[in-house]
Parts: sequence; C-alpha cells; structure tokens
Amino acid sequence: MKKIKFEDLVKVIRDSVIEINCVPSPELISKYNQSIENEDNILSKQVLLSLKENALIAKERMIPICQDTGTAVFFIEYGTEINIDGGFIYDAIYEGVRLGYQEGYLRKSIVDNPLNRKNTGNNLPPIIHTKLIEGENLNIVVLAKGAGSENMSSLKMMTPSDGIEGIKNFVLETVVKAGPNPCPPITVGVGVGSNFEGVALLAKKALVKDLFETVEDDLIMEIEADLKMKLNELNIGPQGFGGKTSVFDVAVMMEPCHIASMPVAVNINCHVIRHKKIIF
Amino acid sequence: MLLRTPIDKKVLKDLKAGEQIHITGTIYTARDSAHKLLTQLIKEGRKLPFELKGSIIYYAGPAPTKPGEVVGSIGPTTSYRMDPYTPDILNEGAAILIGKGSRSDFVKASLLQNNAIYCAALGGAGALLASKVKNISVVAFAELGPEAIYKLEVEEFPVIVVNDLEGNDIYENH
Ligand code: SF4
Repeated sequence: MKKIKFEDLVKVIRDSVIEINCVPSPELISKYNQSIENEDNILSKQVLLSLKENALIAKERMIPICQDTGTAVFFIEYGTEINIDGGFIYDAIYEGVRLGYQEGYLRKSIVDNPLNRKNTGNNLPPIIHTKLIEGENLNIVVLAKGAGSENMSSLKMMTPSDGIEGIKNFVLETVVKAGPNPCPPITVGVGVGSNFEGVALLAKKALVKDLFETVEDDLIMEIEADLKMKLNELNIGPQGFGGKTSVFDVAVMMEPCHIASMPVAVNINCHVIRHKKIIF
Repeated sequence: MLLRTPIDKKVLKDLKAGEQIHITGTIYTARDSAHKLLTQLIKEGRKLPFELKGSIIYYAGPAPTKPGEVVGSIGPTTSYRMDPYTPDILNEGAAILIGKGSRSDFVKASLLQNNAIYCAALGGAGALLASKVKNISVVAFAELGPEAIYKLEVEEFPVIVVNDLEGNDIYENH
C-alpha cells in the first residue's frame, strides 16, 4: 500500500488549477511561435502576436490567460494499492478546486442547475472520470475547459458504412460550423468507437492525448495528419479572420465498438491549451 | 483609428470590416443574464441602468480582480448567445457591440437598420485586454457576479470590425 496524504493531494490540485490557468506551457508558446512564422496574412500574424503577448502578460502577473477559467475536468487513474490518508479522494479534488479558484482569482463559471442557473460560487462541482488501475500509481490529468469551444463540439452515431471518409467529413463539418466561435487556432479531439457515452469521453481524452500512454497506430496517424491539413486549408485562421492556422492539432482516439455502430465525437478546445498531468 | 465615447454614429460609416480600431472612453459589459434582464426592462418601458444611445456594449464577464490589479482577465465571450436580445438593444441606440464569433442574419440586418457595427475583441486574450482597462465599477445586477453589468473606462482598447455599415463581414470575406 502506498500512502498519500489528503492535504498533499489538496495542495497539488489547488496549485495545478492555478498554474494551468495562469502559466502558459512552453508547448503553447512554441505553437504560437510556429504559427506566427507560418502566417503571411498581416492581420492573422498580428492576432497571433497578440495572443502570445497575452499569454506572457498572464504569466508575469499571474492572472488567467483567459477569463473563462473553465470547468475543471479530471481524469484519474487510481491504483488499487493507493491509500489516501486522512480523507476521500473526491473530497480532496473538490477542496483543491475550491481553494484554487478562490485563492487564484479564477472565475467561477459553474451554475447549480442548467435551468435555474444559480452560480455555485466556487466553481464546484468539477467533472471527474476515474479508472482503476493495478498497483501503486495515482495519475491525475487536470484540464480547465472553456465553454466557448465546448459548445461547438458535436457527436454523431454514424454507421459502419460511413467509413473513414464519413468520419473526416463529420469533423470538417463540425469545424466549419464552429468557424470563429471557439477562439481558433483550435485543437480538435476526435473519438471514434465505443458507444454513445464512451465516445464523448474518448474525444475529450484525445484533447490531452499527449498526457496518456497510447499505442501509435499508422491509420490513426494518417487520419490525424490528413485532417490537420484539410482543416488548415479551410482558411478560418486565427480568430476566424482568415489564414493558415485554423487548428494547432488534431488528435484521434479509437476504441472497440458494437458490430452495428460507429459513434464519432468531436470535442473542440480553444487556443488556450490548459492541462497538466500529476503523478504520485 | 482611435474612437472616443460617446460614439456619434456618423463616424462609423468610415470603418471597414477587418479594420483594427482602438476605443478610449466608457464601455459597458453585458452577457447572457444581463441581456435577458435589460430586454425585459425595455419591453416594460422601465428606466435602464445606463444610457444605451451611443453606447458600446462588450460581451464579457471578468475574472475576479487580484489585489493590486484594476480588473481580472476580461476577454470577450461568444456573441451568438446574445443574438435573440440584440435587435432590442440596437433599437435603443447602442452604437458598437463587441464580442467574438459570428452573428445571425437577423442581427446583421438589425445592425444595418440601426447604423451600428459589430466588432470582435481577441478571444482568449483576457489578460492583454485587462491591461487596457483603467477603471471598473458595477452598474447593475451585482448579484450576477461575473455576469453583472460593469462600466469600464478603457484606453486604446483594441477591436477588429467584423460587420461594417456596408454589410461586409470579415468572417465571411477574408
Ligand atoms: S473558448 Fe477558450 S479562449 Fe475562447 S473565451 Fe472560451 S476559454 Fe477563453
């Protein structure tokens, strides 16, 4: 049994939600740099320069890169040999989120009920997905997920005959329809397979694919590269004003599915990529 | 091009879709809930919390203000959610709307009818935009927190014209 102190977990979660919201990752800065290099449209270049400047101001002042500091989403891989000393893991996550959003001056964007819409005032509840794994590891992936891009996401129960072309067309359609709304350059997470609820989860996981160990498959890599090329030819561009950088990345994840089904989900993330992996 | 508030709508006819402009003066934030409440007041013929004529409305809900800062991050929210309420706001004389993302055809028509323009601020640039805000105060609906109506004093606040008075749209033609 490996013991992890409840307070340590709370602190790490608190610090992480503040960090991902206020400190741009080196990967994000290099994505800005690459696309600034690559754009020749003056307006698009200028937009990207401003987005980079924004991220650097946020870091310097430790204020959020974007005011929509999102829904806190967690992917937890929980080892069967882990023992949280002093409390329950979900309580630690809740407390870490509450403290982080409070003490980090992050915006509280969660309402208690989709119809009454009363702000909960502490950004709770987060959304938590838990998977049991064997052994003594506790891996936590945390994302701050904005709603502007989440609202542009889509799911379709396709059928086997739709094939690869069907999947690609659905992704293209979703991104075209989203246009300037999700704050491009976007990241596109595509889930294929599983079932109705599983495929949405897969698409969200695809947004943080780099944080999971996945076996790279030639077919998936081919689909990702082709989609990325086609999406960047759409001329949506940074913020929708035109240009070569409509998407930073496309990530596809697949899972087995029923003989009659081919669920496809497209989850969109904005240019403000905010996630990290915590390993205990 | 630098615009100062209050806006005389006559100056808007020279602005072209895709043009970057800077605004100095007063702008008001309003997003989903504030729009719902404002349009209710308009329909009931009641007094509005601020003068809409010649005003600039910014679809934004700031992050909390950190000690030592003027305002928290304050970038635009996606505009289409305000579409159902927008014609009423424009009919009351609002001159410039600021948000991000495309508008419905009926909003574009209402903009033209009212000689008003729609601009985009950079989505996901809330920290940069906060640095252009010199003062903030609550005007109405304080109980809505980030969704309240705030009065912002801004200096050279950067926006890009999306829908101009000739009916051009930078998202569609670029
Ligand atoms: S989509 Fe992303 S960058 Fe745009 S406002 Fe929402 S959280 Fe911010």
